[in-house]
Amino acid sequence: MDYGRSRKLPTAIKIVIAGGFGAGKTTLVGAVSETKPLRTEEILTDQGLGVDDVSGVEAKRTTTVAMDFGRITIKDEFVLYLFGTPGQERFWFMWDEVAIGSLGAVVLADTRRLADCFPSVDYFERHGIPFVVGVNCFEGATQYALDEVQLALNLGPNVPVTLCDARDRDSCKAVLITLVQHAMKIRAVTADTLVESRTS
Amino acid sequence: MTTDDERWLDEHAGPVVRPYVMTSGRAQPVRGKFDLISVVVATGPVPIAEIGMGPEHLAIVRLCQEPLSVAEIAGYLDLPTGTVRVLLGDLLDKGFVMMQEPEPEIDMRDLRMYEAVLDGLRAL
Repeated sequence: MDYGRSRKLPTAIKIVIAGGFGAGKTTLVGAVSETKPLRTEEILTDQGLGVDDVSGVEAKRTTTVAMDFGRITIKDEFVLYLFGTPGQERFWFMWDEVAIGSLGAVVLADTRRLADCFPSVDYFERHGIPFVVGVNCFEGATQYALDEVQLALNLGPNVPVTLCDARDRDSCKAVLITLVQHAMKIRAVTADTLVESRTS
Repeated sequence: MTTDDERWLDEHAGPVVRPYVMTSGRAQPVRGKFDLISVVVATGPVPIAEIGMGPEHLAIVRLCQEPLSVAEIAGYLDLPTGTVRVLLGDLLDKGFVMMQEPEPEIDMRDLRMYEAVLDGLRAL
């Protein structure tokens, strides 16, 4: 067997799957992942980990934040990880952990509760992370025209909005392809300004 | 040997070994940052247990015979990522694993990467 030093490790790439509670994030991850979606858990305390701090134990609160994720291997060279953001939007720092340095994000929207994806849209706009909106077609939901969704979410004209079915592999694939194409276009344009803002 | 009816048994008692025991109470790894998608691979076969190596250390080396991300290691071992980071720091320090940090954000300009990802997605 050849071990570590003799092999080139694949480069890992993150894609964020965001959206409100019940918008279909984990379903989408499961539909395209080559492995059964896994779950990471972060235990939060004042110390950042479950350290036994004898003083002030009475005040110590722990919270577990879970994220489901899946993987897609691209020819041994790249591995794509799809992270579903934690359901509770108050865990922004966890968003930072997956979103910063990511290729981009898919914001899943449920037209019955469109306002649920406002925080996600706002987050990615604020951080300059390329994103697309996937309108998950739930049965029984009124179908809106994509430009109506675009208007309702107050999106820039360049943000792609597409219909999708989070349970359907091909549909999810199409959304991811739209995202990668969009991100490629954006990064090519903003690359120079990015470098400047990072180094300043 | 107790007759107390209110004993906590099995999973009701919580994990037998608490996460902080596995890390000897340490919250930060001795080495490395370990992003969720840092890729880790063992540098050799699973070592014979040695001082300072717990069963979780060995489990990680066993898992990482093939390259895996920090998030996957945590997921498969069902351990909090903070704990896994500390254990990985020990293994990195002792040379049992090697690691590759993800590309910095600036390299998102690499058009070749986008092309490869697009091809890969289309081929799914």
